[in-house]
This record gives sequence, structure tokens and C-alpha cells, in this order.
Amino acid sequence: MHLSGLEPLVLNENSNFTNVGERTNVAGSRKFLRLIKEERFDEALDIARHQVDGGAQIIDINFDDGLIDGKEAMVRFLNLIAAEPDICRVPIMIDSSKWEIIEAGLQVVQGKSIVNSISLKEGEEKFIWEAKQIKRYGAAVIIMAFDETGQADNYERRIEIAQRSYTILVDIVNFPSEDIIFDLNIFPVATGMDEHKRNAIDFIEATRWVRQNLPNVSVSGGVSNVSFSFRGNDGVREAMHSVFLYHAIQAGMNMGIVNPALLEIYDDIPKDLLERVEDVILNRREDATERLLDFAETVKGSKVEKGLDLSWRENPIQDRITHALVKGIDAFIIEDVETARQESEKPIEVIEGHLMIGMNVVGDLFGAGKMFLPQVVKSARVMKKAVGYLNPFIEKDKGEEQKALGKILMATVKGDVHDIGKNIVSVVLGCNNYEIVDLGVMVAPEKIIEAAKKENVDIIGLSGLITPSLDEMVYLAKEMERQEFKVPLLIGGATTSKAHTAVKIDTQYTNAVVHVNDASRAVTVVGDLLNKKTSHLYTAKLKKDYDEFRIKFLKRGKEKNYISLKEARKKKYKIAWETSQICKPKELGIQVLEQLSLKELVPFIDWSPFFRSWDLHGKFPDILTDEVVGEQATIMYAEAQAMIKEIIAKQLLKPKAIFGLFEANTINEDDISIQKKGKEIGVFRTLRQQLKKREGIPNIALADFIAPKETNKTDYMGAFCVAIYGAQELADSYKVKEDDYNAIMAQAIADRFAEALAEYLHKQVRTRHWGYDSDEGLTNDDLIKESYKGIRPAPGYPACPDHLEKETIWEVLKVEENIGVTLTESLAMWPAAAVSGYYFANKEAKYFGLGKITDDQVTDFAIRKGITKEKAEKWLYPNLAEE
Amino acid sequence: MSKITKEIKNRILVLDGAMGTMLQAYKFTEEDFRGERFKDYPTPLQGNNDLLSITQPEAIKTIHRKYFEAGADIVETNTFSGTTIAMADYQLEDLVYELNYQSAKIAKEVAAEFTVKEPHKPRFVAGSIGPTNRTASMSPDVNDPGYRAVTFNDLRIAYKQQVEALIDGGVDVLLVETVFDTLNAKAALFAIEEVKEERNIDIPIMLSGTITDASGRTLSGQTAEAFLISVSHIPLLSIGFNCALGANLLQPHLEAIAHKTDFAISAHPNAGLPNAFGEYDETPEEMGEQIEEYLKKDLINIIGGCCGTSPEHIRVIADIASKYKPRNC
Repeated sequence: MHLSGLEPLVLNENSNFTNVGERTNVAGSRKFLRLIKEERFDEALDIARHQVDGGAQIIDINFDDGLIDGKEAMVRFLNLIAAEPDICRVPIMIDSSKWEIIEAGLQVVQGKSIVNSISLKEGEEKFIWEAKQIKRYGAAVIIMAFDETGQADNYERRIEIAQRSYTILVDIVNFPSEDIIFDLNIFPVATGMDEHKRNAIDFIEATRWVRQNLPNVSVSGGVSNVSFSFRGNDGVREAMHSVFLYHAIQAGMNMGIVNPALLEIYDDIPKDLLERVEDVILNRREDATERLLDFAETVKGSKVEKGLDLSWRENPIQDRITHALVKGIDAFIIEDVETARQESEKPIEVIEGHLMIGMNVVGDLFGAGKMFLPQVVKSARVMKKAVGYLNPFIEKDKGEEQKALGKILMATVKGDVHDIGKNIVSVVLGCNNYEIVDLGVMVAPEKIIEAAKKENVDIIGLSGLITPSLDEMVYLAKEMERQEFKVPLLIGGATTSKAHTAVKIDTQYTNAVVHVNDASRAVTVVGDLLNKKTSHLYTAKLKKDYDEFRIKFLKRGKEKNYISLKEARKKKYKIAWETSQICKPKELGIQVLEQLSLKELVPFIDWSPFFRSWDLHGKFPDILTDEVVGEQATIMYAEAQAMIKEIIAKQLLKPKAIFGLFEANTINEDDISIQKKGKEIGVFRTLRQQLKKREGIPNIALADFIAPKETNKTDYMGAFCVAIYGAQELADSYKVKEDDYNAIMAQAIADRFAEALAEYLHKQVRTRHWGYDSDEGLTNDDLIKESYKGIRPAPGYPACPDHLEKETIWEVLKVEENIGVTLTESLAMWPAAAVSGYYFANKEAKYFGLGKITDDQVTDFAIRKGITKEKAEKWLYPNLAEE
Repeated sequence: MSKITKEIKNRILVLDGAMGTMLQAYKFTEEDFRGERFKDYPTPLQGNNDLLSITQPEAIKTIHRKYFEAGADIVETNTFSGTTIAMADYQLEDLVYELNYQSAKIAKEVAAEFTVKEPHKPRFVAGSIGPTNRTASMSPDVNDPGYRAVTFNDLRIAYKQQVEALIDGGVDVLLVETVFDTLNAKAALFAIEEVKEERNIDIPIMLSGTITDASGRTLSGQTAEAFLISVSHIPLLSIGFNCALGANLLQPHLEAIAHKTDFAISAHPNAGLPNAFGEYDETPEEMGEQIEEYLKKDLINIIGGCCGTSPEHIRVIADIASKYKPRNC
């Protein structure tokens, strides 16, 4: 089904359950009814906006009330909505039992709406006429299971009416079947009446029949009806709703009105309650109702404990604050901090006392592996809120200042834009009472030195993700030495290593240098470094440790054997070009894709790296049930899903992509010449493995996957860049609310979207634009396992670690002009959530790691590329074999 | 099956270029616009281009002829503002039927001349149905967002009258064009369906929206895909975009819909963006180059020009179009 407001909403077999907002329905919301009666339309609009912000994909609008002029209200309200782009971007469900109201509504919406509803209640003639009109106005329609003799209340009647309505609509009215939605009547169960026992199961079974027998239709319904007899017992109602939905969705219900606040997670329903609720919904026992009623009495009490367990509120003030910090609950923290403040002599004591005691518990649990990084970041959020509240009081009490344990400067070095890890470390340290001076990303060394002096910091922490950042760190260590700095230097980030730190950085700086690649270690390391009594000893130990490590490391490097570039070229990966299949791309040239839907990218997300960025290790989805981190991973996963939903609903991130497919031939062994109609438009330089291998094992370069010029065959290759815009803005919007947790989450999600977009685009290219693999039917798992044909290696990664080639991609595709992604001086991409690379389509093309290369290749590469050898060495540094 | 639905399967059909731009060259005066018949009409009539079908029919015919000579398969009737709503500006509401009927008739006459001469290349006339000068889903008053200057029913009635006259005049296809408010277009489609049902006839419909700025949305705020979805309930001969943008800027929006519909795709872009003097100065060759990009990408079934395009533009476009196959749909 295709619907639209200002934006499209496409529902198909792959879509998740579509939730319809019902608060703009006078029957569904007493507040909305009152506002309309009082003609307070502005406030009524706020309810609509709130629904859309809250994730409603469609909003149901209904003015059927005896005291309202429904037609006038419908027209007025819909006209007002049309002036609110943040509301009318979603499709409208025009809901009324009166045709004249429905028609008035249809005449004022430009998008494709849903009419809710018509039925055979007053006979075929009226039904046909209304359906024809709806079709002509261009709307989808909900058909109630109702006919001349009444409402369908059992399985047979439901399918009988559905079948009859369908036949009339499709055969007589010519109504598109995909625009038909059946509301098969959800009625209450467990009412005590025998004839209601099958109400839920009949709906579910009828749903299954309709979806199997009436092609293309949807099934919808108002879910809260089913639990009507348990009004007042939300615990049982929530369980009933989720059990009902669980089974109804499996049967094919794909749309409905559900109040998300009244929904329990199916897996979280206690087993005994679940069993009883399922007995009732599925009508599995004669005494199901009685058993659930009995059980409900007990649930009434225990329910409070689950969602809104407030028993901890009875505890003494310190316990409450500690509980809030450990659990990351910010709902009562202001109230508690205020109580504590009144009990204390000075407001600062609340921070130094209550809050620090709580944070120490957090620190202990974290240290003992009983809390995980995301939880700690949530604790920090509560802490920040508390401190934010106390600060004005502290300022009033002049003369005293909150004393931090130490001041730490954090920066991502010049040319680098990646800062998730740095942000996590900052937050963790921040909530352990260190003051953080965060200089952000792409910070020039002079600025770091200047800020360190001005702020008189106790430690400098540097972060970087791409290889050139390593040099920046070395440079900074030298500068610190020259300017006689004494403070410890922390090194972190994905590209850093203990080896590099020991060999290249530690030797430049007389004082402490520590490689900390794990946020959970940061607190103890910093604690040791700043402990006045022991720091001397600790530093000496560190220095010794790095010395030993360096010696061991340098020795180890000599054992490997390399062959010369000349020999390696003789051992290239040989494709039989005479017979190898070369597929000409369907669409040669460059294409820019800006109309990309985030929603379509979601199935392409690889979740494992997401958890890794939070120091939760394991493979998705197994990680969700992991004994140690499973619970935390599940919570994070749910939170990530919620944020993704919001991002999609509000279009907070903007994906952009560009790719080009070109004629290509390998020239001079290791270079690939890119051509447009035979004219060279660029040359990609590739690097060849030089590690000595067993007989018969090739030394590969990417150039081996493209037909050499000498074969006289035109081969093809591609290049691409994808980026997700808006992550910085989104993260900042959380940061200003002191919500670092969600700020980091937003960045991590944007990174996932960028990778997903790269995967999605690769698939589009394989199946459509290049079209060499038009009928692959791969699942997301296959994609992550990379079981498709062809590869998309990225400069800076193992097969082609040389970042310089990004410049060539940028030139060939005009990436910056077309989609605005820029390269920093260290060749990092901005925005940071971006991926670029090449496409190779040959079925023998595979990923490999370059490994180390020797001096002859560096010299050769520099000459081929027309750069100095120094420059080549600088960029290839991590891949140089030690001589 | 009507002839045009057959032809569109075989080749890329070429639509004509701008009428207004061509008329400007005539520099018609108030007297020319009035002609003998409206000599004493109480309101000024200069600028009412549609009226020229009655007062200067030879000029209109000449322009149609030039476009057919340049290679166009379809010309549009000179009826962009031929509704009671748009004609109210000139107090010519009563003339609407005649305007549309005459415009259709003279265009058909010219088309017939060419079809007789070149029977292998039949020529068609599209009844141009403009957006009117009012919007049904937006308020002209910023202080009263719920207000509407025109209703769906006003539009439906006005469009119905125009459609009936165009059909009576003999047009081969109806072209609902320059859609800046989808609700206006839906009213036009509703009216056409009513006429089709009442007369028990079928007539192909082309629909062309306009995207007004770089944000990629219609004036009424819809994305290209949302626009497509909102009008796909009626079987259309083609859907596409015209006006507002030059060929290069139109491309991403065509791509946005081309892969999402089975209808044919049309485009009649402007000759670039207007320069500082409000003139369009993209040359036929420049425009042709851009349009060739569409064709290479297999995006197009019907191609033509809007503001600023001349028979020279259409000649270049027709030449290029003849080298490509139509988009498969």
C-alpha cells in the first residue's frame, strides 16, 4: 500500500507493523474532545504534532460526537494541519461513520489518505457508490466487518463479509486490492460470558484467512478493546495487548491503533502471567478466564513494582540518590538533590557527599564488571542533571568551588574527525569527577598546547582513528617535550596501538605516555597517574613497561621474510582473462542519489560494531542473549531502535550517495587506468603483498582483479562515496541537554547508517546499475558475511591501506561538488559518518590484507604516483616492514 | 487503444516548447489582444494569451506549425489559463468553453495537416490544463492558515467545464500540467473521471508536476515520490515534471519517480534558470546535452520544453530523442 502526506509511506510485506496515532480522535482522547468543543484548535494541533513526534506513522482524525459539527471541524482541522509540515508529512486517516464528513475530509487533503471506514451495513449500492468516490478521490479504505445483518462476531462471519466486500471492491468497483484494509473487529475476551471466549482467537484466525485468501490486502484493528474487561489493571492489560499483537501480527495483522504506553515487551512478561494470558487469548482452557482473574488480583500489587516500582523511594536519601545514579533514573534526582541540599550545610556537600558516594558505587560496579559502559554513561547523565541543578546554589555561596579530582584535556588530533571513543572516555572520566576540557575534533597541535597551558590541565588525552593521526600524536609528544611539559599523555583511538605508542611516541616524551584503548581502563589509569602519593612510582613502572615492550616488539619484527616487488609481481593473482566473464555495467558514468530513505537502510545495518563501540563484545544477535553483557546489550539495542525510529520519523539524518562505473584496464602491473569512452580520466594506484608465501599462493594487488590493457578487453570498475549528514547536529542537540549518552548513541547510529548505506548501495549497484548480479537473493546475514559476488574495498582499510587514493576517487567522482563530503588534510572524510571505496565485480575478486611492504615498493609507488618518497613513507608508515 | 498509447510504446514522443515565449516575439498590443470582437470590452485584456486563440488564431497556428516542423509529436493547446477561476482576472469566465473549444480545434487542424503529410508519424494535440492561480491546500493569508481561497468543488466544476470543451474540440490527450498543489490536480483528475464516466469515453491523461526549488518539493510541500503516490489512483498515460527548473536540476526528481511507477515518464523543463533579466538563455545545444543524459539513463517516454524553449530547442531535442529507445514501462 502506498500512502502519502508530504512524504511517502510505503507499506509492503517487509514493513513492520504500522502504528496509527489515535489521540486526535474525539472518541480516543478526552482531552482532544474538550479542546475541539472549546474550539481550541491550536492546542488540538499540538496533540497531532505530539503523535507524529512520538512515532505515529499515520494519524487517525475523528470528530464523531453529538455536540460537534463534525464536517466543519474536520475541514477546519485538516486545513490547519496542512499548514504544519511537521504534522502533515504523514498520511491522514479520515475517520467517521458519516459519509458527508469523510467526503469533506477527502476534499481537503492533497496526499493519499485512508478512509476509516465503510461497510456493507447499509447494503451493496451505497457501499459501491462510496467505494467509487473514495477511489476517485485517491484514498485507501478500511472496510469494517459489518453487513446488512450486523457486525461479524465469529470466524465464519468475519471471513464471509471480508470475502464478499473484497469481491465487490475488486470486481465491480475495480478498487486496487493493495488499498483495501480490513478491520475484522477486535472484541473483549475474559468477560465471563461464554460467547466471548473465542473473540480474540477468531479475530486472529480470520486475519490469517484474509491474508492468505484475499491478495494484497491489509488487516487493522483497535487493540485496546481486547482487554476491556481488565480496565484498571494495566499490568494485565499490557500483557494482553502484547500477547494479542504477538499472535495477530504473526497471523498477518499489519496495521492498527495501539497505545505504546500500554504495551509490555512480549519476552518480558513473567512466565506465569504469560501462560494465563495466552490461555485466554488463544482460548486454550475452559477455566482460562477464572485463572487469569485470580492471577490478576496478585498482579495488581506486583505490577507497580515492574514499570513503576517506586519502593526505593521509601529509602533514606543517600540510598535514593545512589539508586538513581546506579540505575540511571533521572525522574526524581532534582527532588532528591533538593532534599539533600536542605539537609546539608552547604550545597557543595551534596556533590562531594551524596553524589560522589553514589558515583563511587557506580565506579566500583563498573570496575568489577557488574556495570557496563552504556549504563555508566547513563549514570553520568543523572549526575550532570544533579550538578546542573546545584550549580546556581553553589555560585551563590561564593568563595567555594567544586573541586574536581583533576583536569583532563581531550582532543581528536588535526585532520581527524572521529570522536565517539573520545566522547565515551570523556563522559566516563567526567562522571568520576574529573573536569574535562574537550577541544573537539580536528584540533591543531598549537591549539592543544595553548589550551593545556591556559587551562593548566593535569593530563592530555589524544584520540585518532586514521593512520595519519599517528604522526600527529608523535609530533605533539615532541612539542610537549620541547616545551618542557610534565603532564601525562594518554593515547587512544582505533588506529593506535601499544606498539606504536611504545616505539614512536613514548620515546619522544620523557614523562608518562599511556596507550588506553578501552574506556573502562581510563578511570583507573587516570586515577593512578594523578594520585599524588603513588604517581611517581606508577610513571616509572609505565616507562619501564614500555621500554621492555619496545625491545621485544622490535626484535619480533625481523622474523618475517619479504620478496622483492619484482618477484611479487611475477606471483600476481592470475585470472584467465580469455574466459573470465566481464559484465558491462548497464549504467556507465556517475550518479548522485539524494532521494534515499533511511528506513530502507535499516535492514542493512550490521549491529556487531555498534556494540563494540560501547565496549560490549560479541556477535549480533547472539550478544543479546550473552550471559555477561546480554541484558545490557538488549537494553541498548532497544534504545537504539527507538532512536532510529525517531530519526526516521523526524528525518534527523540525511543520507547521500554518489557512485560511478567506468571502463578500466590494469596498466603497468599495479595501476588501474579509469576511462570514459576510451579516454583516461584517472589512475588508481594499488599496492601488492610482499610477504613471502608458500609455493602457489599469490601475492595479490587489487589491480589483479581488472583485465590488463594487453588483453585488449575492456573491463570495468567503480568507485563510490556515501555519507550520513546531520549526526553532528543531532549529537549536539543532546549535548546541550546534557545528555551525552544519547549524543554518543546518535553518532554510533549515524556510523551504522553510513555502513548500511554502503552495503545498500553496493547491492543496488550489483543488481541494478551495474547489473551483474541481478537475481541475488541474499539475506542481511549473507551481506554481513559478504557472500555476494564482487568487492568494495575502501582506501585506508587492509586491502588498500593508502589513504591517498581517496583523492583520486574525489577527483574522478567530483565527490565534494556533488554530495559535499570533504577530505581533511589527513584525508579523513567529513561528515565523519561516511564510507568511500572501489567496486570490483569479477567473481574472483576477494578481500585481502596487504600486510607489510618493503622499500622497493615504496620507491616504485612514489615514482608512479609522482610524489616524494618521504610523502609516500609518511602515508604508508603502518605498512612498512622494518628493515 | 488510442493511437497515442500505441505510439508511446514505439518511440520517445516529443512535446512542443513554450507558447508564451513565442508569443512574446509578436509584441502584441492591447488592440491586437482585443481584436475586432473585444474592441469595447470593459477590462484590459493584454496578457491574456489564451484569448489569442480567438483574436489571433493565425499566430497560434503558426506557432503550432513551427513546433511540428521542428519534430514535435504533440503540441499543447493554448489553454493554460482556460478555467473560470483563472479567467476571472479578465472577467472572461463566460468565454471559457469557446476558448478551449477553439484552441483545441485550431491545434487539431494543424496536427491533421502534418499527419496527412507524414502518415508514419501521426501528430497529436494535448489539451493543456493549467493549475489556475489559486491553491486548494494552502492559505494565501499567513495570519489565517486555515483559510482557503478556492475549494476542491470550485476547482472540480471549473476543470470539468474546461475538460468538456477540450474534448469537444477534439484533443487526443489531456495534460494536467505545472501542478504546484497536488490537491488542485486531484480536483482536475476527479473532474476528468466524471466526464469520462458521464460520456462513457476513455481519453489518456498526462500529468506533470512542478518542483519549485532545490529542496525537491512541490510548492505545496510534497516530495516527488509523495506527489507520485497522491495521483497514481487514476490510470495515467504519463507522469513527470515541467517548468521551474532547467533540465539538469530536474533530473534527480525524474529519477526519484522513474523507478517507482509503471506510468510513462514525461519531462518538459525550462531552458535553464532565468538570468538576471528574467530571460532564459540556455541554448538548444546546451539543453540537448542535458536531456541526452536523461535518455542515456533510460528515464524518459515523453520529452519537450517549457519556459524559454523555442522550435530550435525542440529540433535539437527531437534529433537526440530519435536516437534513443523509450523507457521501458
